[in-house]
Formats: sequence, C-alpha cells, structure tokens
Amino acid sequence: MHRLPRLIPVLLLLVLALPAQSVSARAGMFGAESFTLENGMEVVVIPDHRAPVVTQMVWYKVGSADETAGKNGLAHFLEHLMFKGTETTPDGEFSYIVARNGGTENAFTSYDYTAYFQNVAADRLELVMGLEAERMTGLVISDEDVETERQVILEERRMRTDNNPSAILSEQVRAAQYYIHSYGWPVIGWNHEIEGLTHQDVVDFYRAHYAPNNAILVIAGDVTLDEVRPLAEATFGRIPAAEVAPRVRAGDPPQSAARRVVMEDPRAAQPSIQMSYMAPTHVTGPSETAYALEALAEVLSGSTTSRLYRDLVVDKGIAASAGAWYDSDALDPSRFGFWIVPADGRTAEEAEAALRAGIATLLADGITQEELDRAKTRMAADLIYARDSVSSIANWYGASLAVGLSIEEIEAWPEKIAEVTVEQVNQAAREIIVPGTEVTGVLLPQGGDDA
Amino acid sequence: MLKLMKPAVLLVIAVLAFAAPARAEGIETFTTPAGIEVWLKSEPTIPILALDFAFRGGASLDPADRPGIANMVSGLLDEGAGDLDSKAFQDRLDELSVQLSFDAGRDEFHGGLTTLIENQDEAFELLRLALNEPRFDPEPVERIRGQILISLRSAAEDPNAVAWDAFTAAAFPDHPYGRPVDGTEESVAEITDAELHGFVTDAFARDRLIVAAVGAIDAATLAPLVDKAFAGLPATGATLDVPDVTAQAGKVEVIDMDVPQSAIAFGLPGISRDDPDFYAAFVLNKALGGGGLNTRLFEEVRKKRGLVYSVGTYLYPYEHAGLWLGSAGTQNARAGETLDVIRDVLADVVENGISQTELDDAKAYLTGSFPLQLSSNAGIASMLVTMQVDRLGADYLEQRNSYIDAVTPEDVQRVAARLLDPDNMLVVVTGRPEGVTPSVAN
Repeated sequence: MHRLPRLIPVLLLLVLALPAQSVSARAGMFGAESFTLENGMEVVVIPDHRAPVVTQMVWYKVGSADETAGKNGLAHFLEHLMFKGTETTPDGEFSYIVARNGGTENAFTSYDYTAYFQNVAADRLELVMGLEAERMTGLVISDEDVETERQVILEERRMRTDNNPSAILSEQVRAAQYYIHSYGWPVIGWNHEIEGLTHQDVVDFYRAHYAPNNAILVIAGDVTLDEVRPLAEATFGRIPAAEVAPRVRAGDPPQSAARRVVMEDPRAAQPSIQMSYMAPTHVTGPSETAYALEALAEVLSGSTTSRLYRDLVVDKGIAASAGAWYDSDALDPSRFGFWIVPADGRTAEEAEAALRAGIATLLADGITQEELDRAKTRMAADLIYARDSVSSIANWYGASLAVGLSIEEIEAWPEKIAEVTVEQVNQAAREIIVPGTEVTGVLLPQGGDDA
Repeated sequence: MLKLMKPAVLLVIAVLAFAAPARAEGIETFTTPAGIEVWLKSEPTIPILALDFAFRGGASLDPADRPGIANMVSGLLDEGAGDLDSKAFQDRLDELSVQLSFDAGRDEFHGGLTTLIENQDEAFELLRLALNEPRFDPEPVERIRGQILISLRSAAEDPNAVAWDAFTAAAFPDHPYGRPVDGTEESVAEITDAELHGFVTDAFARDRLIVAAVGAIDAATLAPLVDKAFAGLPATGATLDVPDVTAQAGKVEVIDMDVPQSAIAFGLPGISRDDPDFYAAFVLNKALGGGGLNTRLFEEVRKKRGLVYSVGTYLYPYEHAGLWLGSAGTQNARAGETLDVIRDVLADVVENGISQTELDDAKAYLTGSFPLQLSSNAGIASMLVTMQVDRLGADYLEQRNSYIDAVTPEDVQRVAARLLDPDNMLVVVTGRPEGVTPSVAN
C-alpha cells in the first residue's frame, strides 16, 4: 500500500493472472439479464446493489486477428485514437468529462475483441452511455492525432516488449506457433507495420467494424434491466445498424513438426522455458474438450498444491516455478501451454527435461480423481469469491460474448465443469498434448547452453 | 492474453492508498474480549469474509546489513505452522478454499484472509498457526529463498525496477527507506532461521496491530475469531525507532543498460499525512500527474508531444518521510527532452499555479471517484486498514470529500511553491539516455 510502485506491474499482472482468470470465469449465479436493441446491439445487465456505482463496458467484436496482412497493429491504434474526439465532444474532452464526473476509464485490445469501459457513480450512467454511443460512429481524427499517437504507441511497444527479453521471446514463440493465422501477430503490432499505418487505414478499419450490430454493451452494478433499457434505446439504440466486414482469418496447416525458438539475451538474468500446443476452444469446439482442458489446467497449475508446482518445485526442487495455462475462449484454435523457470543453481536443460518428464507421466498415467475433485472445489470457490468484484464479472461476460458464446453457455459453465470426468481430462490431454507438435521457447542469458 | 491498457490502471493504483468511500455507513468499531480493536463492515450479500490486518513496523525492522527478512517471512508464513508441515498446511488451505496473503511493506507488515463463511473457524485457526507458530522448515525456507533470489535477478534486468531501487537508495541514504524491501542477493542468501523467528517475535505484537473485516458476519461472531488468531501474540514487540528523514534531492544519476527505452524516475521531498497542507498537495498531485488520462503531465508529455506511453506522479506519505515521485518511459534519444518538458511543467505550476478549471476538475475527480474504491468487500477492508494506519477516525469516510472540497487555488499555489523545485529534483534514468547529464548531489 505504501510501497514504492514498480513502474510496469500491469503487464506482469496480466500475464500471470491469465491462467487463473481463464478457468475461474463464469456462472449463472450473477443474475445477468439481457436484451437486444432493434439495431442488433446485445445488452447485458449484471446487477449488484452493494454500492451506488456502475461499470459500463462496450465490446467490439474486432481485434488484432481481424487485421489484414501488412496492417498489423491497426485495431490497437484505433483504440488509442478513440480517445481523441467527436464532432460534439472534440479534443480529448471525452476523458475530461468522465474524470470531472468522478469516473475512471480505460480500454484494451486483444486478438478477438476491443473493449472500452468506465466506472462511475450510478447516477452518471446515462452520461457515459451517451459519450460511448457518440464515439461508436462519430469519431473525428486529424493527421496530427495519428502522428502523435503513433509515437505514443511505439513508446508503449518499447515499454511492454522491446525493453523486456521475456516479452520478446513470447512474441516470437507465438509467431512460430501460427505460420499463417493472424494470432501469430502481436496485438500492438510489429514496429515496421505500426510505422506504416495511415490515417486512411484507421478510418477504414473503424468504418468496417464499429457498429451497434457488432458490439455488446455490458452494464454491471447498481442498476436494473428496466433502468438500462430506456437509456440504451435513447443512446446506442439511435445508431443504425451497418454492414460489418466479415472476420476473415486464414487457417494454419497441421503442426507436424516440433518448433524451437531460442533467444539469448545479455539482459536475461534467468533462463526460462515455455512450451505450447495447439488446442480447440469453446468456440471452435468440441466444447467437451475445452471444459476438460480447463479442468486439466487447474489440476496442473491452479494452486501451490497442484501437480506441477508440487512435483517440480517442492518435491524435486528443479524449478522455482512451473505451471500450465489454457486459453479457452478464443474464436479460433488457441493454445495449451506450460512454463518452467529453473531453480537457483539448476540449468535450463535440467528444467526442460523435468517438465517433459512430467508431461510424459501425465500422458502415461493420467490425473487422479482426487486431483480433479480438488480442482473442482477451487473452481467453485473462485466463483463465489468472484462475486466480490462486479467489474470482473462484467469482464468475463463481455469477453465470452465477444467471441460468440451465448449467455446460456456462460452460465452453464459451473455445471459443465462439475460434470467433467477423469477420463475426459485424460482423453483431452492425450489428444492435445502430442509430443513432437509443440513450440518450445527458450530464454537464455547470453552464453547459456541450449539443450 | 496480452491485453493492452492505457496507463490509467497504473496511476489509479497509487491514488487508492488515500481516497476513501461512500459506503461509509455501517462501520462498527469494537474491542474484543482480549482487547483488540476491530473495524467491521457487515455485508451479508455474499457468503464470504475478508479480513485485513497490519502490524506497524514492517520492513523497517530489518537490520541495516540484512534487508529482506520481513519479505522472506511474508513468503513463509503459509509454508508450515504448528503440527502442519508445508504440504499439509497448503493442502488444508486448498481443501477449505481459504486465501491467506502476507506482504512486507516499508512501514507495516500486511496480512489478509479471505474465506467462505462456512469455513471461517478453520480459516482463523490456520491464520493463528501462521502468525503464532510458523515452522520455517528447511525445505520451504530454501525453496522460497531461491524464488526470492530469482525474482531479484529478474528485477535487475528490469529498467524500471533498477531505477526505483537506485532512486530510493539515493533519496534515503543510511535510512531504512533507502534499503530494498525485498533485500539484495547477498543479504537474502545469508538470512538465518534465527533471523526469521526473530522477526516474528519482534514484529507480530498486539500493541502495533490493526484489524479490519468486511463480510457476512456480525461483531459478536467475529470477536472470538479475531481473538483466536491474535490474542496469543505477545503484548509488545521490538521498539519502533525509525528516525524521521527528509528525502535527498538535487542529483541526476544515469544507470547504463542496453535497452531501447529509458526508464525515468524523478522526485522531491513530499508531505506527511498529518500536514495541514496534505489535501492541497493531494489535489495538486492529481492535477499534475496523479491519475486519469487528463493530467497536466499527460497532456504535455504524451498527448501533445507523443514522448511517452506512461507518465505519472505519486504522493507517498510514509510514516517518517514524505515523498513525491514520478515516472516516465521514453526512447533513449528523447530522454533529455522529456525531462525538460517535465521540468517546464513544474516550473509553470510553481509560477502560475493551476487554473480554476484544473482545480475544479481535480477535486471533482477525487471526490466523485471515491465511491468506486468501496465497491467490493476487499476494497473496503483495505480502506479500513489504511484509515487506521494513517490514524484517521472512522468518520473519515464521511469527512474526506469535504477536506478536498475545501482546498483553494491559494492552497495549491502555496503547496506547489513549497514542494516543487524543478531544478533540484532527484532524477534516476536507466537506459542509454541522450541529453541527460549526470551530476553529483549539491
């Protein structure tokens, strides 16, 4: 609380928080209700009357994976420019109005979606709905805005990626995983492509993708659906539906050879290894496999009692940390991954061998009923704890809906997870984790040895 | 996975330490049979309980030649206690879905317990064991030591972390605040079992304990649980004798690192929490660089010139020193220019103050956003501890916005002249900055 802040905790938090978030996500216990405006915009209301505040989130079903080759970084560039202004609210006045009304706001871009949000007192909801609706189609940007913001984004890239060897490696591993599919491109964009994006590129992308029928409104907090409906009709409801560009993504060929990405960097004080396999999602299906893989990730990596930490860190002492993750909610095939950081005094080769041995044991012997039961208990408790943060719940609904899942699917999650069997988990593991089809990323301090 | 966020997320974090709530009504303060004061907000909606607590002292109790003990203890309390070894203790937490957390701060050692109401008795028993009977068995001690060493090495490759460590070392030479809370590779390698046990005896005492809870529980039920966890601790601990100190400034330091972006830390002596001008400084800091996408620095450094992605300033009213500090990151070629713009902004504020609009906007944001911090049980529990740490009354929740509203343009100008000295800042830059000339302290 009173500690000096590290300057960039955000990225770390996001990367570290990912596995937990992707498995603990959803439930019907949150009382969400929904309706659809005449123009096709879906509206979800999640009531929580503990405090007189609300969160508004607008999710656009467009992300970096919807960019065209050579224009990487466009979705994120547009997200930055969305704060510049409209005819009626020019010159960055948007953020001033939100702040003057005691609101906090932000936005983020991912592979499959782009989202904007504000947290405000409940009586200011109409105001921020009006502002958000206005910039859905009324954005006005100048050449100067584009040039200044380009510099800001290049600084953002330096801060997040270029200053950080682990981030550079992760980017390269992703590029090696997807030969063709746009999931292989970084959300923020490659430097040379950010430098080449034009004013017209941004405007074209905006016109092609930003429309009420391509967006989801999530309102969470001290409101009811009956209060939200007239406000939504009077703001977003006035925007006509428009033709939206299709989401065209090229598919990858089968991954029939192991790929290895090795990076030596004098800045890397510590070796680390990551390994990832292509995996289906709830959207691509089969969903049974996705539920089983979520349970598997929790069994392997949900807590310090989970298999990988206990085996590799506590019992064998080979690793300082080890775990697994799974991105269950992507529009197209995603990844199931592992990581390991060797313990003090252990080498990268030892750590990698131990991780591979752990994976081999998993595939040979499978998980136990006790492991699965523990994982399910944790996931059920996490759902209850999640209710303390209504904005997180809004996040889960929005992210799931934006990739095309339905509210029914979201709310069936606890039930589906409870039904997962040991056999399903073991079958999914053997189907997805096929040695020889993985991408391995190795980060070494300069002069280190690769296996 | 990679979610790109604007820096507001970052800036808001710093503000959280000060602002407080609108869900003020219903804060109960009571004393347990064992004499422990507890602040409680009953919140029946969700069947969970969040307990937050702090012991004054924290990492400032670490010996000068052995920083990192408090931090290492914070990593080991849930790694075995009483009859339960590390695995058994972790298994128990897991079975009960109890979340225990500990964190060594500069002035306090913080702890948190989150539990489902149905498991509250067992949860408090585990907390009692962790605080009263930690084992520090060899396996977890060496494992956690190794993890800390690795995180220290990772921090040494992070230009921002390096800049901050150098900044605090230069700001507070020969003072606990100048030492790294997480320790150094040398000190962490040497920490002994006796030192770990010694810290527990010195630090966990009832005379420095602060407790707050939020959840589906009433005072009568909570009081014996609190006593179960804390009543067995000694009445007093080690003397807390950290001297008051003024942060050193007037120095520019460059730390060479081969990275494309320079990490810049800048700052000056700040203001203490009980200073009559604290709220004026709080408002000034907000207008200058403290949160949101519309501060003076954000406007001049990012929006107008595209020099940075992130620029922000923070007020840190430590127990024994005030600190005002800021951060920015820019490509090496423009580091000097960025610092010049920052200095110009400060100079302008010292000379001309901030506009009435800026003042009104800052106050509106600080007062209007206050309820947002009290929208979760966890947020309220944290606030109730902070209020006690800062020696504020339980009525602070109602009074706080009136303190902010009372700040006048003259107050802001006075405090700007008092605090902001653009040509005398302490500046640390990590990278290969151009246009930055290292100096020596004057």
